[in-house]
Amino acid sequence: MSNIQTENHVVPDALPKCPTGIEGLDAVMKGGLPKGRTTLVVGGAGCGKTLLGVEFLVQGARRFDEPGVLMTFEETAEEVTKNVDSLGFNLAELVDQNKLKMDHVFIERSEIEESGDFNLDGLFIRLAYFIDSIGAKRVVLDTLEVLFSGFSNTAIIRSELRRLFRWLKDKGITAIITCERGPNGMLTRHGLEEYVSDCVIVLEHRTVDSISTRHLQVIKYRGSAHGTNEYPFLIDETGISVLPITSSGLDYGVSDERISTGIPSLDDMLEGKGYYRGSSVLISGTAGTGKTSIASSFADSVCQRGERCLYLAFEETSGQIARNMRSIGLNLEPWINANLLKFHTTRAAMYGLEMHLVVIHQLAKDFKPSVVIIDPVTSFLNNGSNLEVRSMVTRLIDFFKVQQITAFFTSLTSAGNFEEHTLTNISSLIDTWLLLRDIELDGERNRGMLVLKSRGMANSNQIREFILSSNGIELRNAYLGQAGVLTGSARLAQESKERADSQLRQQEALRIQFNLERKRQMLENQIAIMRAEFEVEEAESLNLLNQAQEREGQLVIEQNKMKISRKVEA
Amino acid sequence: MDKANESKEIERTKWELKLYVTGQTPKSLTAFANLKKICEEYLNGEYHLEIIDLLEKPQLAVGDKIVATPTLVRNLPEPVRKIIGDLSNTERVLVGLNLIPFGVDTGRNNQE
Repeated sequence: MSNIQTENHVVPDALPKCPTGIEGLDAVMKGGLPKGRTTLVVGGAGCGKTLLGVEFLVQGARRFDEPGVLMTFEETAEEVTKNVDSLGFNLAELVDQNKLKMDHVFIERSEIEESGDFNLDGLFIRLAYFIDSIGAKRVVLDTLEVLFSGFSNTAIIRSELRRLFRWLKDKGITAIITCERGPNGMLTRHGLEEYVSDCVIVLEHRTVDSISTRHLQVIKYRGSAHGTNEYPFLIDETGISVLPITSSGLDYGVSDERISTGIPSLDDMLEGKGYYRGSSVLISGTAGTGKTSIASSFADSVCQRGERCLYLAFEETSGQIARNMRSIGLNLEPWINANLLKFHTTRAAMYGLEMHLVVIHQLAKDFKPSVVIIDPVTSFLNNGSNLEVRSMVTRLIDFFKVQQITAFFTSLTSAGNFEEHTLTNISSLIDTWLLLRDIELDGERNRGMLVLKSRGMANSNQIREFILSSNGIELRNAYLGQAGVLTGSARLAQESKERADSQLRQQEALRIQFNLERKRQMLENQIAIMRAEFEVEEAESLNLLNQAQEREGQLVIEQNKMKISRKVEA
Repeated sequence: MDKANESKEIERTKWELKLYVTGQTPKSLTAFANLKKICEEYLNGEYHLEIIDLLEKPQLAVGDKIVATPTLVRNLPEPVRKIIGDLSNTERVLVGLNLIPFGVDTGRNNQE
């Protein structure tokens, strides 16, 4: 077969895969189990081997139209059915639909005597019988340890197992066989991995710092590339979910759309439009500065637009948050009732970081929110070192970006710390970083808000005063006095001083105007008087002139008369 | 005393044996031959032997819970006992069928 694989060159599609249908596992295995081959699942007691096998069959029956046979050596068919019932797997129903057959193989060593040579044809026949009865394409054998403990002639068992795997391969069956972890670092107790050389998966259940996590690792997959790391997985009421987190690439679409922060004056600081959709936002501040309020305002505005918001709270309950938000005029209850706002509250210490990641992935996949709020992300520092938390948050952000979910984180910083240093290691992942800073002045402690950075948009570099009131959140321009930013009462004092100053100036202006007016009035009066006087003079002068002219005329007339009377001879 | 009586009881009850095989393989034939010999020698003809070929009746493998072949099942007298293999080790067959009376040769019975 052309399955030969050199170190660097894997021929894709050379080895056909059988999808397991188990969440995340197919991604880790780049498609699924090797089709028509046998995969070995190794794990200690209680690791989930049986569950994995059963889910493989259930998904095969439900989603891929591949009936399956479960051959159990330890538990009876009824016991298995009952055990997986809580995972939503109704095995009885599948049996009725001829999609599943279960055979319990009972081997009790004390009841069997061995005399001479034997083989396991009985097993083969039973298996063939069930496979043929429903046309099964998947088989699970759980667990083969029992064969070794049931018979004393292990040589026969070994050779029969080899024969069994060849037989399964010839029939084109994709099979899973489970077995126990071996002691002292051996992979399996009886070296089964030598026979099943195509694919080996190891399950583990580890407890570190009192927190237990389940891990899955594909330690061998011949003929195929596969994720080689350990992946945490979760068993819940939908079955097994494996989280191939590190397969998140830096490959996601980017949006130009902006969404409101829910606080108009904060929107103003961000070009008047708010955050970019699908970006990551961090608000950091000391205790009691109002981070949850800002987060809730954002949630409120998201829900108002009819979009869904997932709020992951690690310190307060949803009831507490809702109650606290009422005091600033935010009513979150209607959104919760309308299923637009979903709270998920746990203590960070409940489980390990990986598990948190798995849970959050699951919640996001089920609820499909457009915004996820994590309040506060610093709770995770309870569970791991800074480095581990950063790694986890990185993957979380990657996941959100791929889903185009806007991520909003709150971060608790301790008083006295330079906020810029706290969780610095995640700030480079954040697109928009808001800082709530305490400003102490004149015996008062007020809050200032600053946009520390905001990628892709112009943002104001001014510190504004952050005020919480029953009307909500407001950001007011801070005053720069001689001692720095003025907030609180100092601001109020400054404000009233400025108002007073302004009033004074206004009054001054009025006064000057008034004076001018008065002067003009006086001037005009004077002019009026002078004009009047002038008119009188003018009239008199005119009169005199007229009289003079008249007399002159009269004189001439009289002279003429005299001339005539004197008979002036010419 | 009791045990001795029991052995006699066993000898007097009619034996019901079933031999499960998969076709006419050398192993099957060997098993059959060995079994026949043991039965003649130890059971004085007071037995009923049925040969079941699982290739012809696979559902019986399921119903009677057969894993290995050949398997010899003693249904009567009770309790049910199973012996697997070609039955070439006569001693083990006898132990398996409980034909060796209790008390005799404790060495062998205490094996394993």
